[in-house]
Amino acid sequence: MSLETPGVTAVAAAPRRAEERVSRGLWSDAFSRLLRNRPALVGLICITAFIGVAILAPVIAPYGPYEQRTGGRLEAPSAAHLFGTDLLGRDMFSRVLYGAQISLQVGVIAVLMALVMGGLIGALAGGLGGWVDSVLMRVTDVLLAIPGILLAIGIIAWLDRGMLQLMLAIAVTYVPIFARLLRGSILALRESDYVIAAGAVGASRLRLLVRHMLPNALTPLIVQATLILATAIIDIAGLGFLGLGPPDPRTPEWGTMLVDARRFLQTAPHIVFFVGGAIVVSAIGFNLLGDGLRESLDPRLKR
Amino acid sequence: MLKYIVRRLLATIPVLLGLSIVLFAFVHLLPGDPCTAILGQRQTPAACARLRENLGLNDPLYVQYLDYIGGLLRGDFGASVINSKPFFDEFSVRFPGTVELTVAALIFAVGVGIPLGRLAARHAQGWIDGLVTAISLFGISIPVFVLGLVLVLIFGVTLGWLPTQGRIEARAGFEPTTNFLLLDTALAGRWDLFVDVLRHLILPAIALGSIPLAIIARITRASVIEVSNEDYVRTARAKGLTERRVDDRHIMRNAWLPVTTVVGLQVGGLLGGAVLTETVFGWNGVGRWVVDAIGNRDLTIVQSTILVFALIFLIVNLIVDVGYAFLNPRIRYS
Repeated sequence: MSLETPGVTAVAAAPRRAEERVSRGLWSDAFSRLLRNRPALVGLICITAFIGVAILAPVIAPYGPYEQRTGGRLEAPSAAHLFGTDLLGRDMFSRVLYGAQISLQVGVIAVLMALVMGGLIGALAGGLGGWVDSVLMRVTDVLLAIPGILLAIGIIAWLDRGMLQLMLAIAVTYVPIFARLLRGSILALRESDYVIAAGAVGASRLRLLVRHMLPNALTPLIVQATLILATAIIDIAGLGFLGLGPPDPRTPEWGTMLVDARRFLQTAPHIVFFVGGAIVVSAIGFNLLGDGLRESLDPRLKR
Repeated sequence: MLKYIVRRLLATIPVLLGLSIVLFAFVHLLPGDPCTAILGQRQTPAACARLRENLGLNDPLYVQYLDYIGGLLRGDFGASVINSKPFFDEFSVRFPGTVELTVAALIFAVGVGIPLGRLAARHAQGWIDGLVTAISLFGISIPVFVLGLVLVLIFGVTLGWLPTQGRIEARAGFEPTTNFLLLDTALAGRWDLFVDVLRHLILPAIALGSIPLAIIARITRASVIEVSNEDYVRTARAKGLTERRVDDRHIMRNAWLPVTTVVGLQVGGLLGGAVLTETVFGWNGVGRWVVDAIGNRDLTIVQSTILVFALIFLIVNLIVDVGYAFLNPRIRYS
């Protein structure tokens, strides 16, 4: 198993082979491992479809997301309307496609915000230690004590509804996770030989943190961010379902679309099926890719 | 042991303090004018003055905070901004519904998740393992409200096997006393209604329990596999102990530990998920109340609900941690 590690292979293999192996970095090595991992590949396909659909929605969608009465109300799926129509006669296929755009945008921005805020807290706590560490960790404890979706609900209630508020609400619920993760990595890395060595030759604390510790703490953060994207997409839809999503109720947001689906479950079950399916496929994609990344980025992990 | 419990209790104090500050700010430091923010359309000079009076918004901030803390310590969790009814009046009616729902979901998640995880671990890398992994992947990837709607569609609308709305058959006209309906119907000797309440519980509990089930199954599998590779398990087998005895006495006793912690952590997710589940199933619990309160911008209700849920979460995890230390001497003495 350890033969998979790039450095070891280079030493162990014949000189000629070593040359070609050495030229491959950690990331390309991880990528080739990822491609050999079948579940991760399925995840990658789901996500490619999700992102592709989000970007190409204006090209693929046969109707506009707001275009009303393109068909009858709550029509079952047909050749003209692949996913049927909703209460206002809007084409569900087009709305599901545009919905991917919203989930992707809100999800990615929210997770990036959480990554930056959490990363900053974690780096400060782990890097400075002392009372800064204690205070910041108590702050994350407080955030962790409030059930995630309830925290997001509270933030939206406080700031009122809006796209930016939605992103912020989702982001704040994940800040403590990133903060603790990075803090933990930094505490572990601080004791490692190469960091101590760099410190001994006079590297400043900031340089140690930015140049030596952060790059090595990045892997678990990336894995976690991928997994959290799955839950973020689910949470966005959840808030939409509670009526706390985008302020404009006509917005083709997946959770908001399910509010109608609940009222007309009997007459139009197809709405739940297609919208729910879209959410599940994208969540499965990020979950599988996250697990796959964890396995392929950490060569020491037992398969 | 006592020292550990005391230390653990002391560690909760800063969290409670932080929580009180955040929740205080939630109502008392609203962005913009509080009258507009809370009253919105209902804003009149008189209503505005009353709101300011009730929330003490004319006092200096630190006085407001001390008043808030003092109120909490006296058990005064504020009153509705809309109808001035004290928080606990309505909460005590709603809360039993949420408790029944979350406990049922937890029983489902633990009752199915742990056996599934053990099964997968025993057949690690086989098709059963693959199936369990797929189930748990699906469980964490499907939102509770989507699963809820699908369950309603299949078992309610299509098959008509189970009720899908509310906690009890409304036409029965049952008058609850404690609002724990399982308890109330049993005490009243109405076993027909007891069964009815149970039937109402099944679908929401499955929908709400799906995520914790998936997480518990995963962690059980991982934990059992890890313990199975320990030297003492091999020794036990080498001694000639029966497979069953190895499983019960050597593997599971050690594998339980991480599982208990994870089960405790699920309580937060369950309380949050209850908000969505109650919306899908027309369940008369705290979750639906909060959603309505946000619609009415009744922020004190939202504030106090968040506080109570966070307290429950902290207490449950305190109990789990203490229980964990009780089960595992390694923690106690560290």
